[in-house]
Amino acid sequence: MIDMMTPLFAISCPAVAAALILLSRRHPNIREAWTIAASIAMFLLVLSMAPLIIRGETVRCILFQSMFKGIYIGFKVDAFGEIFAITASSLWVLVSFYSIGYMRTLKEHAQTRYFFAFCFAIMGAVGVALSANLITLFIFFEVITVSTYPLVIHEQSPEALRAGHKYLAYLMPAGTFLLLATMVTYYLAGTTDFTPGGIRALASASPMIIVGLFLAFLLGFMKAAWMPFHSWLPTAMIAPSPVSALLHAVAVVKAGVFGIVRMVGYVFGMDLMQQVGLWLVLACIAGFTMIVGSFFAITQDNLKRRLAYSTISQLSYIILGAALLTRDSIQGAMMHIPFHGYMKITLFLCAGAILVATGKTKVSEMAGIGKSMPVTMLAFSVAAIGMAGIPPVCGFVSKLLLAKGAWAAGSYYGMVFLAVILISSLLDVIYFFPIILTAFFKSPAGTADENGNAGDGGREEIKEAPLLVVAPLAVTALFSLAFFFDQNIFYIYDLARMAISDLFGGG
Amino acid sequence: MLLVEHFPVIIVGLSMFLAYTMLLAGYINRRLPFFMSLAMNCFFLFLSIFILDHVLTVGPIRYWQGGWRPPWGIEYVVDAMNAYLLIIVISIVILGLIYSKRNVEFEIEERKHVTFYTLIQLMAAGLYGITVTGDLFNMFIWLEIASLTAYALIAVAGGRALRPAYNYVIMGSIGACLYIFGVCWLYSVTGTLNMGDMRLLLPLVYDNKAVQMGFAMIVVGVMIKAYIFPLHLWQPDVYTYAPSTVSSLMASVHVKVMFYILIRLFYSVFTLDFIRHYIGLDLLICWLAAIAMLAGSIWAIKQRNLRRMLAYSSVSQMGYILLGVGLSPLSPWGLVGAAAHILNHAVSKGCLFMCAGAILQQEGLRDIRDFVGLGKKMPYVCAAFTIAALSMIGIPFTAGFTSKVFLILASLDAAQSPFVAVLLISGLLNLVYFWRVIDQMYFAGHGGTDNPAEAAPRVTSGAAKGGRPIPLSMTAPILVLASLCIILGVLWLTDIPLPLIDHILSNLRMEATI
Repeated sequence: MIDMMTPLFAISCPAVAAALILLSRRHPNIREAWTIAASIAMFLLVLSMAPLIIRGETVRCILFQSMFKGIYIGFKVDAFGEIFAITASSLWVLVSFYSIGYMRTLKEHAQTRYFFAFCFAIMGAVGVALSANLITLFIFFEVITVSTYPLVIHEQSPEALRAGHKYLAYLMPAGTFLLLATMVTYYLAGTTDFTPGGIRALASASPMIIVGLFLAFLLGFMKAAWMPFHSWLPTAMIAPSPVSALLHAVAVVKAGVFGIVRMVGYVFGMDLMQQVGLWLVLACIAGFTMIVGSFFAITQDNLKRRLAYSTISQLSYIILGAALLTRDSIQGAMMHIPFHGYMKITLFLCAGAILVATGKTKVSEMAGIGKSMPVTMLAFSVAAIGMAGIPPVCGFVSKLLLAKGAWAAGSYYGMVFLAVILISSLLDVIYFFPIILTAFFKSPAGTADENGNAGDGGREEIKEAPLLVVAPLAVTALFSLAFFFDQNIFYIYDLARMAISDLFGGG
Repeated sequence: MLLVEHFPVIIVGLSMFLAYTMLLAGYINRRLPFFMSLAMNCFFLFLSIFILDHVLTVGPIRYWQGGWRPPWGIEYVVDAMNAYLLIIVISIVILGLIYSKRNVEFEIEERKHVTFYTLIQLMAAGLYGITVTGDLFNMFIWLEIASLTAYALIAVAGGRALRPAYNYVIMGSIGACLYIFGVCWLYSVTGTLNMGDMRLLLPLVYDNKAVQMGFAMIVVGVMIKAYIFPLHLWQPDVYTYAPSTVSSLMASVHVKVMFYILIRLFYSVFTLDFIRHYIGLDLLICWLAAIAMLAGSIWAIKQRNLRRMLAYSSVSQMGYILLGVGLSPLSPWGLVGAAAHILNHAVSKGCLFMCAGAILQQEGLRDIRDFVGLGKKMPYVCAAFTIAALSMIGIPFTAGFTSKVFLILASLDAAQSPFVAVLLISGLLNLVYFWRVIDQMYFAGHGGTDNPAEAAPRVTSGAAKGGRPIPLSMTAPILVLASLCIILGVLWLTDIPLPLIDHILSNLRMEATI
């Protein structure tokens, strides 16, 4: 255990940037510079802790002792938290560039508010990753909820407002449940610190209370968009694409699944989950969401909504991995957080790029788009292949681990969930590949005819989105590929191994 | 006797004296009363900080008026609880005064200014008096001073404020009557009016029906003044039509002092033993509080007038404090929650009412539906409103969050889980009606408005009235209170207030500590 201020500095980067953004609202270039600077600074600060953690240290930063005996508000960075923090902060760098390109090209209104709220949302996500106990985690959870609201309703149309209200109507009660769960945990155990292998004092509580507590936690982590509490996520897709990309594929929803993995491994502990049989409940919910989410995705024509349902389904891989309680499955779950993050963000950024370049949002309109936007659609294909778990993209690695974990779980249940993983991956193919096929191989004859100038539509004219939009998505696609060949970029593999040995002991 | 021990009586005595001097000074110059009141209250704040320091380091202050020994003379007792409350009351009064300077010019005709400030100062004197006294009858005197001035202050606005003021006179007088009757019952049994003395004598006669009756009457009397749910009927109109300064002072400190009477009664006149074992009132109070919390919020959701909505929100928030008081016999966290919420709600609701007044003054808007685009026109006020509203909802890093957490912990500690649910639901209801306002201010009506035909004409008619930007002297107190919401939100989470909490608990003779 080392006491360092680094986590605090990392968290304060976006907060300081938010203040500066507000101050320099009249100078867009300076305003955007703050975002970029803060994102890079935060990423480096977060990354700088990784080597220490791999050595087996835990970085602790106590902000202050709280009123409650035995609880401090502060950060404790362990391997698992570091994985999520690296994911969120590294992607923020790329999305910052993307946001600038996207917002300026579309000449969006209220850009200061957008960048201001974005900073706080990221602060919330990284805060969740680094927090030392449930109370701190809860605080940052609420920061995420409140700060993403202005982003969701950015368009400010009645429809966007309704989406925002739905967003709050789901996530605010969720926060309430999380607060309840946190307080009950504190009341039962006298502590809420995340302890690898579970808080021991909880084990002596009666099973009924544990089940109740588990349900409160599960509802509290509604941000993980597990079914049937998922419908806020597709609705929230009305937000600008960078928001959907970073927040609703990475920060917000990953904070939810991060919380669930924390709950399984660090609050209840694997033994208690096994004893009370909660793992099965969790695994069933996850399995159900994986399959049904994919089916929903198939039916969507709006690209972003399809991606949203895909997210819902993919998030449940992580939940399932945690629920199966084996070494491999939990490692797979942990690694799926960054890997899915990189792949899904690529997809969302592509959706945004298509919108910027052509104004199209529907899958059915995208015929031939692969010819006019080759880079974008290539990146899209890479990420889509990864989503389905086909090598050589990183999705394969984490899904393989998950499958191994399900196999190792033994018994029927293991087999059933192995089957669920495979079927769901197959469904991924079904809803992603038509997009690729339409984009590359279908000629946009219909649209050309309507316009009356077939020559223009048929010609293979390159019409990509601006560089600031295309470059980030190319980079994330490249990373998705690179992660397949070297999982240890950004220390992800070592960190995951470290987290597993924390949880299960041994090497 | 140390110098500090004179401070409580200096504050109260000077306040009274000052009020009458102000009236005279007003004949010389109309602007003088304001500055006198402001200066003296700042001086009182200075003194009260010494009092708190003394109480925390040396111990409670006991001051015998005129040197008469307690059972016969009037005693002023200041321990951690009232030293803490005194600072809150004085600070809010100061902020309210600063705010009132320009607001009064807008809301009240000029000939009434002198009497307005005199009445404000008298009301403050009454509140200070209730806070420091250790004598039940003396408390009644101060209670009446604080109430009578409040009736007058509401009526100052004239017009529509007259009827609510009259309602309040009736209800408030009934409350005062019940209070004094209750005190009489207790006096008839014990032969004393001093709180400390009564606490020693009462345990022998806890079985006596007169004692129990007296207790019940005082509690109900105070509850009327503190508008606990079924007894709140006078309050929404009062808060809606009173001058902004008065609503904000009443909502933030006047009602808190009423709760202070309740706490004093429970802990310094009676004992937990009595409340729990002889009348079993604690749970009844909790349920009353729970009903108040939910009903107040539900009524608030139905409101369209911002100030009326805030008034109902206060009804609901008083439930929080009452719940804390009701749970305190079962768990020390209850008292912590009540004490914390007294401060937190004073700060947040004070800020909200001031914002409402500022919006009325600049834009002439009362109806929430007209607030479209207000975030651009009044950025500071709207930002402050948002922060205070988040505090009422109970978002982390704001004051309201901490009191919610304390109260949840108290309910768990007391094994009264229904109240956990009530607290959480109430937080969500707060979200519903406060978020609506935030939405209107910042997000509604861009591009395609919700109902442009309806919204447009109202805005123009409103803008005709106001339009002049509100001055710094009004923005400053609002911003101070808003930042206090955040500062307190962090401060209550840290262990810095622990010594204060420990002193409050030990001075009120709670057996358990947290």
